[in-house]
Amino acid sequence: MTLSGPAFRRFAAPALGLGTVIGAFAAVEGLIRAGVINRFVVPLPSQVLAAIPRIVAEESVPHRFWQTTQEALAASVLLVVVGIALGMLMFRFRLLRRACETSVAALASAPIVLMYPLFLVIFGRSGTTIVMIAFVAGLPPVILKTVEGLAGTRSVLLDVGRSFRLSKAQLFRKILLPAALPSIFVGLRVGLIFMLINIVGVEFLINFGGLGQLINELAERYDLPGTYGAILFVILASVLFFVVLERAEQWLLPRTA
Amino acid sequence: MAAAAYGLDFAAPARAQPLRVWALRAAIIAVLLAIWEIVARSGWLFQDVVPTLPVIARAVLRTLSDPAFYRNLKVTAGEIAAALVIGGTAGMVIGLMLGSSRFLSLAYEAFIHYVGPTPKIIFFPIMILWFGTGPGSKIAMGALSCFFPIVISVAAGMRQIAPVLVRVGRSFRASPWQMTRLVYLPAMRTPVVNGLRLGLGIAIIGTLLAETKLSNQGLGYLIIQSYATFDMPRMYALLIVLFVLAIGLNALLGRYAARDLSRPDMV
Repeated sequence: MTLSGPAFRRFAAPALGLGTVIGAFAAVEGLIRAGVINRFVVPLPSQVLAAIPRIVAEESVPHRFWQTTQEALAASVLLVVVGIALGMLMFRFRLLRRACETSVAALASAPIVLMYPLFLVIFGRSGTTIVMIAFVAGLPPVILKTVEGLAGTRSVLLDVGRSFRLSKAQLFRKILLPAALPSIFVGLRVGLIFMLINIVGVEFLINFGGLGQLINELAERYDLPGTYGAILFVILASVLFFVVLERAEQWLLPRTA
Repeated sequence: MAAAAYGLDFAAPARAQPLRVWALRAAIIAVLLAIWEIVARSGWLFQDVVPTLPVIARAVLRTLSDPAFYRNLKVTAGEIAAALVIGGTAGMVIGLMLGSSRFLSLAYEAFIHYVGPTPKIIFFPIMILWFGTGPGSKIAMGALSCFFPIVISVAAGMRQIAPVLVRVGRSFRASPWQMTRLVYLPAMRTPVVNGLRLGLGIAIIGTLLAETKLSNQGLGYLIIQSYATFDMPRMYALLIVLFVLAIGLNALLGRYAARDLSRPDMV
């Protein structure tokens, strides 16, 4: 096995990555114990890890998790239904697409979440506010990628369909939609990521709802190990969500493409 | 938000628009504004929640002629600039390292890929502890937010350089500095500018959200202050100005990236 061999890389590289993380935690632990880092600013990593089971038990984390999940589900349904429908509409009417696509693209890069005070005024400090912001923030990529996927269908496929005298509905169901699915999934994945970021972020900002609020509460109580632990927990939960999304996309694609 | 951080870029190419497209655009805007005005005047919602258009227009003018607005804009712009310098420099350096070494990329890029899109605002309590309640914690939030898209685009940009360019450089016996200056950076300009553009967008979000949560100056503070005092026209005005600024900046940088791409002397 050479130092640059692929087998070496496959094991050594992830080991180095994981080792760096563990090493960093150990270094922080050592520096705090040595008094170099103030433990009232950074709690011991061992305390943080120990705090995770505590907050799960004492702060009704399963219930909060369920609350965040419910918000995410509601926003996802809205995203899928409205986003894909709007994308289809823009594909169907070329003029509409040409008139709106740039604006939708501009919205995709706009700081939509900063409108949360506006949503608070309209929907109150409630789950509806969180769902609506998450929905609006995730919408542009879904619309754009749906249009892109449908418009990118190879014309030879459409010609085959026409030569079989497919009706418009059949053409859409049997050819356009399957051809556009990979692109639609990309849009949905990005939209769902935006959605989750916004849900947790707004929960934290308006101190309402599930996991985001947990961090806010623990921080306001100055429960340092708890705050750090909760942040770690939310990061891990989000990463899990992204991994599941990626896997789902890979799993769905070969069967439909 | 961070669309291109995930390999997507939605900047549509500008092309000549016929009259019909503009007419439809104008019609859509007119209909939306009309609906707004009807809702505002109907009394279906609390009147103050949806102010009428003239009221909002007056508030925009008032905001734009208010010295306090520019004072706070300066604070926020300074914070965002500092965040972009710190997060951008860190992102460039680490991105170049990850992009040039397959091994380092295998070791660390998965972390960046997965932690990148997590909500950064939840780190704000920690940033307050580390950097205080002043501009420091806002700069830290902005820097943390913009670091990830910049690393990802720089690393990806480094990898997409055509090998032939590198070989040409080598065959001319270019020094590492010459290689960086004459080959790598020009070949990576578009992804780097795009990364900075995304970084800027996300730094704006990170900084302003932090300002709305806890601060006593900056645009985010002004927005949440108008919310707290129920000064709705002012809140709408601030949001409109903010969106115009953010979208405008993004479009400007996008133009720059696109123009560089079309430069004939680039390849």
